Amino acid sequence: MIAPEVLNEWYPVAMAAHIRAGQRRVTQLLGQPITVALQGGAIVVTGQGGALHVTEAFGHVWACPGTPAHPLFPIPEALETGRRLVDVGVVRVKCSPLRAVENFLDIAHFPFVHTDVLGAEPHTEVNRYEVQIREDSDEVWATKVTFYQPQAAKSAEGGIVTQYMYRVPAPTAAVLYKTCPVRPDAWDVIGIFVQPLSEDLCDVWPWMALYDDTTPQADLIAFQQMIFLQDRSILENQIPRLLPLDPGMEIPTQADLTSIAYRRWLKKRGLTYGAQMVAA
Amino acid sequence: MIRLYDYVLSASCYKIRLMAALLGVKLDQEAVDFHPGRAHKSVAFAQLNPAGTLPVLVDGDLILTESTAMLVYLAQLAGRDWLGPLDPKSAAQVQHWLAFSGRLAASLGMARLHDMLLYEGDIDAWRAQGHAALRELEAALSERRFAGGVWLVGDAPSIADIACFPNVALSQDGGVSLDAYPSVRLWTRAIRALDRFVEMPGIHRLHELRPAPEVA
Repeated sequence: MIAPEVLNEWYPVAMAAHIRAGQRRVTQLLGQPITVALQGGAIVVTGQGGALHVTEAFGHVWACPGTPAHPLFPIPEALETGRRLVDVGVVRVKCSPLRAVENFLDIAHFPFVHTDVLGAEPHTEVNRYEVQIREDSDEVWATKVTFYQPQAAKSAEGGIVTQYMYRVPAPTAAVLYKTCPVRPDAWDVIGIFVQPLSEDLCDVWPWMALYDDTTPQADLIAFQQMIFLQDRSILENQIPRLLPLDPGMEIPTQADLTSIAYRRWLKKRGLTYGAQMVAA
Repeated sequence: MIRLYDYVLSASCYKIRLMAALLGVKLDQEAVDFHPGRAHKSVAFAQLNPAGTLPVLVDGDLILTESTAMLVYLAQLAGRDWLGPLDPKSAAQVQHWLAFSGRLAASLGMARLHDMLLYEGDIDAWRAQGHAALRELEAALSERRFAGGVWLVGDAPSIADIACFPNVALSQDGGVSLDAYPSVRLWTRAIRALDRFVEMPGIHRLHELRPAPEVA
């Protein structure tokens, strides 16, 4: 039995451009078979019990298998003129959807997993940053995050200290804001939208809204896929497969503040699909 | 400059990037939107390579669309030691492993595309064929180890090793573990330890062999 709190959330299920082009996607959501298809000009998501609630945003199709507890979260920056919106495409990962999100929130692994790109030894220190669960939007936010990066983005030339903000607006989606190398007054926006196929298998859809008028689309996609695929082999080897929500055996450090807040937020809201509630 | 039409997650493209790096050859890399754009199947790309496959290597009027031919070309240009020993037996063995690398791509490579980028097909058959190929590789590398060797042919790394390495090193991406193949694992370590080795997503450099920062 899946908790109503889980069923009443929104989940990404397809790239909108693919469905609009006439492709039909036979897939799974929370362990149940679903089909995403175009019917009479509208995108329809059908499950065993009939049509699911559907909305289209940030290049993707989102579905809610229950009764939506709230509208899909906004990303206001996606509407700003001049931004390049980049659909990076799907990657399947054998891990809990929650672990895929948590990994996206982690900074400490940059020098070791994204070596010479998002981090490099000996610049391994995670400086103090701030984390809060915002009461108005009920989202997890991490702010004032800084990290030294040899190649922060495709458009970056040489190493820079990158500023970050992280945001968790839905149980299986996260958005980060980072220094835009070509426009220091603006943030680049990168999202990770995770479709929970089951509790330990997910389809991950990275997405970007960047200020970058020069880099070819294929290079932007390749850069983001390179980053995410460096994470994939790590994610598939994490034990236990489910995200532990019981403090149990784990000893978090200062660098894990965002992860701790995310886990507490999931627990408080009963969003435990893909989580392990009792210490192994 | 030699141009490589490239996709960052492709094992075959990585083969060429790795060979070029080991040889010190600079490539002009042109990213192709293989996924999700399927640009390699576009009409425009068919002008370059009617087979619609990656990588494609272009040097002047020469266009190569088979990765093993690219390995031969780069080695002939920049490092003939990488062609392997030239005696009849060794030369034939190098050709054997170049052809064998196609079997790895058709089994382990397809299993990886299935598990990672949702390619449709018979995953059980791909994995079984992958294991069969790995058993052959394990047997051959074990024989080499008993004879005091490290590499597939001869006393130095060659294009035979580079041709076979990527799909083997990425096999776990397709749900095929290397746990049962210790000689294969040692051989992948030897390749990762080569001077000027470059990584790709899913194939990590040897952090554990580098001195800790405070010791260096």
